[in-house]
Amino acid sequence: MSTPPTIDPTKIHEVLAHKHGRPLISCCWDPQDRYVCFGAENSSAAGYDDLLYRLSLAPAEGAAAAVPVLGSHDSWVWALAIAPDGETLVTGGYDGRVSWYPLAHPEPRASRTLHAHDGWVRAVRVSPDGRAVASCGNDRLARVWNMADGSEVARLTGHESHVYNIAWHPDGSAVVSCDLKGVIKEWDVATGACRRDVATAAQLWAYDKQFRADIGGARAMAFRSDGSQLAIGGITKVTNAFAGIGQPLVVVLDWASGEPKLIESKNSGNGVTWGLAWHPAGFWIGLAGGGGGGWIRFFKPDAAEDFHALKLPANGRAMAVAPDATRIAVGLADGTLRIYALHA
Amino acid sequence: MSRTTIPACRSLEHVVSRRSLLHTMGGVIGLGGLNGAVGPGLGLCGGLAASPAIAEAVKTGGKRVLVIFLHGGVSQLESWDPKPGTDTGGPFRAIPTSVPGVHISELLPHTARQMHRLSIIRSLDTRNGDHGRGQREMTSGRDQPAPLDYPHLGAVVAKTATPPGFSLPGHILVRGGGGGAGPAAYLGPRYAGVVMDNGEPPAHTARPESLTMEADQRRSLLRAKVNDRFAGRRRTAETDAYTQSYEQALDLLTQRHVFDVSLESQRDQDRYGPHEFGRHCLLARRLLEHGVPFVQVNHSNYDTHYENFDFHIEQLGEFDHPFATLMEDLTTRGLLEDTLVCVMSEFGRTPRINDRYGRDHWGTAWSVVLGGAGIQPGAIIGRTNANGTAVEDRKVDHGHVFHTILRAIGVNSSGDFDVAGRSHPIADPAKGPIDELLT
Repeated sequence: MSTPPTIDPTKIHEVLAHKHGRPLISCCWDPQDRYVCFGAENSSAAGYDDLLYRLSLAPAEGAAAAVPVLGSHDSWVWALAIAPDGETLVTGGYDGRVSWYPLAHPEPRASRTLHAHDGWVRAVRVSPDGRAVASCGNDRLARVWNMADGSEVARLTGHESHVYNIAWHPDGSAVVSCDLKGVIKEWDVATGACRRDVATAAQLWAYDKQFRADIGGARAMAFRSDGSQLAIGGITKVTNAFAGIGQPLVVVLDWASGEPKLIESKNSGNGVTWGLAWHPAGFWIGLAGGGGGGWIRFFKPDAAEDFHALKLPANGRAMAVAPDATRIAVGLADGTLRIYALHA
Repeated sequence: MSRTTIPACRSLEHVVSRRSLLHTMGGVIGLGGLNGAVGPGLGLCGGLAASPAIAEAVKTGGKRVLVIFLHGGVSQLESWDPKPGTDTGGPFRAIPTSVPGVHISELLPHTARQMHRLSIIRSLDTRNGDHGRGQREMTSGRDQPAPLDYPHLGAVVAKTATPPGFSLPGHILVRGGGGGAGPAAYLGPRYAGVVMDNGEPPAHTARPESLTMEADQRRSLLRAKVNDRFAGRRRTAETDAYTQSYEQALDLLTQRHVFDVSLESQRDQDRYGPHEFGRHCLLARRLLEHGVPFVQVNHSNYDTHYENFDFHIEQLGEFDHPFATLMEDLTTRGLLEDTLVCVMSEFGRTPRINDRYGRDHWGTAWSVVLGGAGIQPGAIIGRTNANGTAVEDRKVDHGHVFHTILRAIGVNSSGDFDVAGRSHPIADPAKGPIDELLT
């Protein structure tokens, strides 16, 4: 049995580049470490059959074999999640649909599709016990679905703007959601009641008076594995909304008190934090992309800035961490899925 | 006392404008006895102005034009010419409209139900990606840069469609963000746009609180007395122009309520919604009902180099319902047959989606919408290719649209303005109307 590599983010290096062609918009990693799934802007060649792919990581199937996942969306697949047992992929799209797929099927097709939201589904997450799926969207709703049969478990109402992201607390006791204006709510899934307004990450929202439009929202959200912190990523200090002139920001909340801590980047320039994950070695990983290019950032929970960053060859748009936490996958605007190792 | 310098053209319209008078007449208001030029129904408040009888009275006054200008450059792919399922189409789907076979973006569900009253020109190629140039070209119908300043469409409509004795401005620009002032160029400042910034009444049309009604009336009577004495001995065309413009301005001041959208019924205010653009659409209805020949409402902003899709959800979400409500109201009130409606921008947006989910400036293949007076309803003019990167059929530009709008309201766009003996073509002589779009 091989010894696990020593994690050292400063040694991050690319181990795989899968050239898909069309710009990528979402990705997630199979808990059984067989696949990385990704969503892409569609092409004119395959209609709606080229929105979602499953990339095999098993050498027997070829290191870079990707097969299309077919059959339910007719718009971009923005949100992806895989159940903890690795059996089921759940997706959400701009078309308001949430779909279930048998992940390992040789020709994966949707086994169930719900009209889950009116408008864009911005996030889907499977509960830690694998028994429920939470989704959120532009209809200002968060909803919880029974994983086994797709029935609605709870409808979480109370947000006053588009709900940009959702996450399960690691102990499975609650769902937390965050909207365009940074309003963070904790929900009791059993009753559908809002337990508390955790905080408002006001730094992640602005109304641009010149362009007369809102900009912001929780573009990424993740719990620390022990549930003690919630990190939310987005854009801040916006001076020109329509050119995306603003800085990537991560707001880390103490889960119990809701007290925020702001973590900026000393490297990444203009952009948005599009991905967040807690690494068991004791640091956060962030993905930034925008006018300043794409960056993978690493920062400690007690620091105000990142301690290391890697410039990507294109804007990063989505990120996932391998189940053994030795690699991360990044979906890029140049149509490439890149996998990086976090060790020498 | 210095003498007024008369421009070389000696046009009376160049001597003094209503707007310039307003800047110097901030204290003049409330002179109820001086508003004799108020036409039938035109001085009434919202509830009455909405009556069919008044709509009929307005109808007899001539044609009107309403321009909705989507500042920054609305994406044709997220609005009038969707290309779902292509490499340029973006994430939004196309939805059917009230015209069989015609689809528009799913971001416009309310407007989709009005498409039998509208037509889409999907084949604009204006060869331009500059905001300022695009604004000038689309609203003047002339290629830029040009050797001469050309009047804004509103000035041309005000010049050609304002009924005799009409006492309100003929050219009003309701600015909800976005620039533009509606220059009149050689037509003279009388036809320049009167600006309602954020939908507020034109500047300097309220009596200052420090000036009492009584003092204001005494001041005006003194002015009239001195003016009459002067005119009795030294009356000229110039002094007549001053007097006429001053009295027109007084008429405007006494009709300040025309610009007050809060006088519309609460039900209508609710129907149009609380957002600024909703209020401005209701204001546009009010102005059109009062017979204003040209109204432009700006909606800002669509310059979405970053996150085009998020921003179009928000901006078109604001646009869709109020615009559809306005179309419905213009129809049911009998105004649409005499009111040309145009939805335009300075250009469209690139089919290519950039690496920040944005679309950039694009004048090569984009869309404008027309409807109402003189326009064939439910038509699609021109065609772009499968992914919207080029015009495949019936290529037109700002010049053709300008001709079409004028021809639709009965103006011979191939004619000329005679300004102080100099002939100015009304529209670009090298272009012509889109004949198949005219009824």
